[in-house]
Amino acid sequence: MRRARTPAPLLVPAALAVAFLVLPLAGLLVRTPWSQLGALLTAPGVGQALRLSLVSATLATLVSVVLGVPLAWVLARSRARGRSVLRALVTVPLVLPPVVGGVALFLVLGRQGIVGSWLDDAFGITIPFTTTAVVIAETFVAMPFLVISVEGALRAADVRYEDAAATLGADRWTTFRRVTLPLVAPGVAAGAVLCWARALGEFGATITFAGNFPGTTQTMPLAVYLALQRDPQAAIVLSLVLLVVSVATLLLLRDRWLGRGAAA
Amino acid sequence: MSVDAHVVVRRGPLTVDVALEVADGEVLAVLGPNGAGKSTLLRVLAGLLAPDGGRVAVDGTPWDDVAARAHLPAHRRPLGMVFQDHLLFPHLSVLENVAFGPRTRGVPRREARAAAAAWLARVGLAEHGPRRPGQLSGGQAQRAALARALVGDPALLLLDEPLSALDARTRLAVRAELRRHLADFAGSTVLVTHDPVDAMALADRVLVVEDGAVVQAGPPADVARHPRTDYVARLVGLSLLPGTAEGTTVRLDGGGAVTVAEPASGPVLVAVRPESVALYPARPEGSPRNAWPATVAGATPHGSTVRCELDGEVPLLADVTATAFAELGLAPGSPVWAVVKASEVAVYAR
Repeated sequence: MRRARTPAPLLVPAALAVAFLVLPLAGLLVRTPWSQLGALLTAPGVGQALRLSLVSATLATLVSVVLGVPLAWVLARSRARGRSVLRALVTVPLVLPPVVGGVALFLVLGRQGIVGSWLDDAFGITIPFTTTAVVIAETFVAMPFLVISVEGALRAADVRYEDAAATLGADRWTTFRRVTLPLVAPGVAAGAVLCWARALGEFGATITFAGNFPGTTQTMPLAVYLALQRDPQAAIVLSLVLLVVSVATLLLLRDRWLGRGAAA
Repeated sequence: MSVDAHVVVRRGPLTVDVALEVADGEVLAVLGPNGAGKSTLLRVLAGLLAPDGGRVAVDGTPWDDVAARAHLPAHRRPLGMVFQDHLLFPHLSVLENVAFGPRTRGVPRREARAAAAAWLARVGLAEHGPRRPGQLSGGQAQRAALARALVGDPALLLLDEPLSALDARTRLAVRAELRRHLADFAGSTVLVTHDPVDAMALADRVLVVEDGAVVQAGPPADVARHPRTDYVARLVGLSLLPGTAEGTTVRLDGGGAVTVAEPASGPVLVAVRPESVALYPARPEGSPRNAWPATVAGATPHGSTVRCELDGEVPLLADVTATAFAELGLAPGSPVWAVVKASEVAVYAR
């Protein structure tokens, strides 16, 4: 049987949506000053910003996995009361304007902040306007993506495998390590990719909480924004780099994990 | 007595209240319809579900005692469990699946893998160790699951509908193999099933459970001969006769022969349902191939039918209507001819 044609009332908006999503990226490619690409890419600050972005996004993803996977387990498996409230709280950063997140982080971890002043007094640690602040801001914004993704994978996983593990002598921690985690690995990978991509593009919370200091807190998005005001050509090239990194990551991980996870 | 349990669990409108005892080496089948509370009972024995009342003791050690607030968690109970749909871990190889239990119980890796390999060989899967569970057939997966449950030499083996996810042909082969392994197993076995053939073929004793309560208990043959309720009579009535098949003829170990429709060879069990046995006062015309003289040894009415226990070369159970029973003038001691169509006889490898 031949599949029926897509009806026009669906086809036209769908085509518009594709154009809307793809045209700006095409425009970016069209306006790229290809002849000066080499010079602009090797300009001081570009490599620095790119390296800082990659390192901080990766660290934020690591922190998110280490803290977020256990949180997802609690949300999906524990029978504690108030779980729905907890889930709502956890997902607030998903919908919160990142700038507000930055302000909130500043109020808590800033030098005058509740935790920040104590850190300063007791250990002489200052967080705002450091690379640590970049990682914290990115983690704050990106971790919910990982938590939601892993929680979904845990809910979809068959809990009877955990019963089987228990009858084989595995306590809950062993079961989590040797059975549950491997079963939801595709979900964790998908969540980590989403989380990393979100951290890489993070702007609002970073500039509010960490500032914009080249070499320590100026990540790629911040560099793009700054360059657009001074040197639009450089902004285009920096944007192109981010686009390439994002697409490359997506393609690489899609084949390795996401494709298998989607098929399973 | 190796397993001594009285389990009370409330699940919504259903209250499961079952007492059971299983000796070492004994196989107890818990037989009943879906939703009777059989799997709930098994989950309590496994420690996956805490009971609301009663106690479970194995080899004298309390595993559950509600009054004393004692509950041994599942992972600390020396048991093995086989689930309906094998539940082999998909991310581990078959060998790693079987070695999983010994590993979590502290056996060194090399020893655990050696024990797992030995058990895979015992269930005929020696070649399949490096494979993933997804690459096994249903029967192979269930045999691997049995190896995984038995490798640690557990005190208690729990089988939760172990054959019901298999197709008919595979089920025969796996049932025959399961029978062999159960015969070798030194611990106690509790088998939960809704299939009376599984219970009759595998168990030393049957516990029939309906709506969370035991309606009858005893050796399968006794329960079949003297069903206490109509439900039990319908469920358990199969006559199982051991014999040796050659083509469509099965020579019975107790003497006599049965003609069957499906050719087979080697040691088999012949199964005859009581409703497919017809009784005649004399040898019927047309010389049916399965006709045996017998005497009525006992008769138990249930519902509108009477279950007759037949003595003779081929011992059978026959269900006849109360009217036919009266018309034939049957009573204990009456001579009759029992007739069964070849197509009504089932054959199982053993």
